[in-house]
Amino acid sequence: MPQQYRLILKNVDQPGYTPDLDCYLRHGGYEVLKKSLALPGKDLADGKKMSAQEQIREDVKISGLRGRGGAGFSCGLKWSFVDRKSGKPIYLICNADESEPGTFKDRQIIYKDPHLLLEGMIISCFANDVHLAYIYIRGEMTDGAKILNRALGEARAKNFLGKNILGSGYDLDIHVHRGAGAYICGEETGLIESLEGKRAYPRIKPPYFPAVLGLYMCPTIVNNVETLAAVKHILQMGASEYAKLGTPNNTGTRIVSVSGHVKKPGYYEVEVGKATLGDMIFNAEFGGGLREGRTLKAVIPGGSSAKVFKAGEKFKLKRKGPDGQMTPVDVDMLDLPYDFDSLQQAGSMSGSGAIIVMDDTTDIVQALANIADFYAHESCGQCTPCREGSLWLAKALHRMDNGHARRADADYLLNIAQNIQGRTICAFGEACAWPVLSFVKKFRDEFDARGISDEAKNAAAGPSQQLKIAASPASS
Amino acid sequence: MPNEQTTEKKPAVETIRIKVDGREIDVPKMTPDWQGKPQKTTMLQACALAGIEVPHYCYHPKLIVAGNCRMCLIEFGTPAIGPDRKPVLNPDGTPKISRSVLPYEPSTPRGAIACATEISPGMELYPNSPATKQMREAVLESLLINHPLDCPICDQAGECKLQEYSVDYGKSKSAFAEEKVHKPKHVELGPRIVLDDERCILCSRCIRFSRDIAGDDALGFVSRGSHSTLTRYPGKNFDNNYTLNTVDICPVGALTSKDFRFQMRVWFLKETKSICTSCGTGCNITMGSREDKVYRFEPRENDAVNSCWMCDYGRLNYKWINRQDRLAVVQGSKVNVTDPLTEWPRTISEITGLLGRASTGSAAIIASARQTNEELFLLKKLADKLGAVTDSVSRSGEGDKLLLNADRNPNSTGARLIGIAAVPMGSNLPKIAAGIASGGIKTLIVFGEDVTTVGIGENLLAKLDLLIVSDILPNKTTVLAHYLLPGCAQAEKRGSFVNVKGRVQRFMQNIQPKGNARAEWEFLHELTHGVTGQNGFASIEGLFNQMAAEVPGFKGLTWAGLGDLGVTVTI
Repeated sequence: MPQQYRLILKNVDQPGYTPDLDCYLRHGGYEVLKKSLALPGKDLADGKKMSAQEQIREDVKISGLRGRGGAGFSCGLKWSFVDRKSGKPIYLICNADESEPGTFKDRQIIYKDPHLLLEGMIISCFANDVHLAYIYIRGEMTDGAKILNRALGEARAKNFLGKNILGSGYDLDIHVHRGAGAYICGEETGLIESLEGKRAYPRIKPPYFPAVLGLYMCPTIVNNVETLAAVKHILQMGASEYAKLGTPNNTGTRIVSVSGHVKKPGYYEVEVGKATLGDMIFNAEFGGGLREGRTLKAVIPGGSSAKVFKAGEKFKLKRKGPDGQMTPVDVDMLDLPYDFDSLQQAGSMSGSGAIIVMDDTTDIVQALANIADFYAHESCGQCTPCREGSLWLAKALHRMDNGHARRADADYLLNIAQNIQGRTICAFGEACAWPVLSFVKKFRDEFDARGISDEAKNAAAGPSQQLKIAASPASS
Repeated sequence: MPNEQTTEKKPAVETIRIKVDGREIDVPKMTPDWQGKPQKTTMLQACALAGIEVPHYCYHPKLIVAGNCRMCLIEFGTPAIGPDRKPVLNPDGTPKISRSVLPYEPSTPRGAIACATEISPGMELYPNSPATKQMREAVLESLLINHPLDCPICDQAGECKLQEYSVDYGKSKSAFAEEKVHKPKHVELGPRIVLDDERCILCSRCIRFSRDIAGDDALGFVSRGSHSTLTRYPGKNFDNNYTLNTVDICPVGALTSKDFRFQMRVWFLKETKSICTSCGTGCNITMGSREDKVYRFEPRENDAVNSCWMCDYGRLNYKWINRQDRLAVVQGSKVNVTDPLTEWPRTISEITGLLGRASTGSAAIIASARQTNEELFLLKKLADKLGAVTDSVSRSGEGDKLLLNADRNPNSTGARLIGIAAVPMGSNLPKIAAGIASGGIKTLIVFGEDVTTVGIGENLLAKLDLLIVSDILPNKTTVLAHYLLPGCAQAEKRGSFVNVKGRVQRFMQNIQPKGNARAEWEFLHELTHGVTGQNGFASIEGLFNQMAAEVPGFKGLTWAGLGDLGVTVTI
């Protein structure tokens, strides 16, 4: 039976554990930083020397760590893209703009173990020759910003930050920058623009890849809170030991946020892929199952932008058979290992690690209207398909939810969403299109039924009802 | 010497071979970007070289690329690379092309924005494929769902990119079944600009222009998503001297010129290539008129002079052309001219006779540096014959770093090259005043200046035996003229100017002269050749070419060779 594996959250929520430096030091804090800074150069077979920084970067690569923000991109690879020859400073930004609906994992680290984040971040900065780094924290997390600033002050006082850190000759400072409350600031180039003091309009890529032209047009690394926290553990336990956690290509642990119609909504740290989606929902260790008398209807497996799974849905996944060949096997939605690759193969994603559970009391049209509202509200408005399409979807869904659905609306919604995905500057286009595409395709009968009944009802009520267009709350 | 005609050998341009709509084409690897710096050629530039227009809204060749409108999305393919890092070949040996698809949905083509995506060797662009067309249709539909569709009352109608692309990619019926977003209408952004936010497609051209070109970061967006709204910085007026350029580059009818809005439908305008006369920069313009009334100036692209821009001061300095008190009748104080058909020949004939009898050195000529090269050339010939002292009147104001020059005469350089203007300009004016006062100068010929403002007062003018004046608007000098010859604004004639940097540029006639007025070069041709007894050309082409042969500064130039963009001479 899968269990929680508390690595990053090891101390979080433990009785007596506080977010101050003394407590962190009592629990062995900053020892990994000390070791990392003192790491001697390594002689290679070809006579070359591998610097401490290169060794750490190599360790992160070996660990197989994948970004915990949403895209699941290899952290080691991301670091390897950084332009180290430009002569310009390299910046590192911790993306603490956690705001994907259903996600509440980074804030556990920030609020309850801020020095863990700082230690991971300082090591990551050292490994990448960064001398100035930022924590971009979501505007709504006012206390989080205070906690981080206090932690930074404590770290500076003990010379874990600042000039000549612990006598190593390495200088680093970290600033906390608070966002003003926009989801798009979590998109790394939008975040960079915001950090530069501009509207968080994501940049076009090409040419503005952060690894080359990031903050102030300098090479920049943007990593998620949980990713940076993991770096500390990778170096503490050794990269190959870390890589043994989880499953191949989906290594380490991951904090999963479970919310919605479960008995025990909460955050649970697990080895990646060792628990199934069903475990996360039904296992007493995690979500604890649905409320009495309810049946499962749908699951959004990776934050509200991930494509929804319908209860009972089966997927063909490639699995190694007894003969060693990769053969497709039928896997029920609930039996999908909760990792990066399986969910992707099933047509969705583990995204930010947020599982949103919907039972049979859920009105699918209303649920989708709620999600669409969020994306219409959060679209930055820079590029046409997303700007216009996101609000269009929200208005249409609210019209449907307010008794004015049409039989044509399922195709109408699919068409709008299809014209957003893949055509926008950033992945927000997908984020607002995917819920619609998946909800409508998988629960089409419910959308069609609304259209049929509303058209009949409105035809009976007379022409004025047929012409009435419902105003959406999003239009105000 | 004309710089353009140097036969320097250009270094071989490095090219990339790509396919556009199945046609192979070699395009330069590098192309100038918005600042003129060489950058890797983009898909949009490559398509243009292949003769295929990629529709776009936010892209502007003279502004930093924004990539926000998504209208230029095109389907493309790149040579497939095998696991061995070698190109995959088709059975016939040609490289296999893998079309761009959505990574998560390989059956759906993925477009790239042509404005910002660089080409690479072997790339195939499909600017006319069904998938590309579908992407454009979808973007256009999105742009139109919240647009008011008020073309019948919109000033942009007729030169609107939404209208244009609707013809190619629009639908006759909207699928949109919701309520449109409503935004502010009739917003005064500044003294010359009115904004309709509902028409705005949020392309950000105006923002980028104001920030990057005009250096006035006055515009921006507020609110988010579909409620995004263009506005000016709170408490700041959008009133720099270049605001009207945003009206030109606005692809839709969002930004309108207070001066031009509701005045004239653009398709009625007769448009002519001309030159702005408000300062020495000589911005290239397109002049628009209807029924002999000028309605607007718009900048005309000339990278050697004004790029795509002009200042508001110059743009709006046209109203005087339409003034009611324009001089339109030939007046002679010595003879009573009443017959409009014969007044010009009789008057020129009389003046010719009078000037022919003037003793050498008894005449002076003050010719404005607003007159054309051709007119100044003829006046210089006349001056040489009469032994007349000549000069022009300098005119200066505050200049700026972009286009507006401190020299407010359009042709100071021409006046110097031809030798009409003294060096420094205006230094002969006191001598002329003294000559009149002493009685040595008995004849004064004035073209286009009110000399009473430059030290030759009405009392001095009263002493003259003969005062011949040509101008286009009345002033104290024209009132005292013995002969008043009504001339033409640049809108009403052809000619050339030399800007402060030595660019010789020609302009074309847009409207008819007022009343009985004539282009100065026409009657000067008759007068000068009557007085000098020499022959000359009665066409502007011949006149210019004769001037180029005689005036060293213009050596080697021809009227035809000036083209639409002019030629730079050494000054």
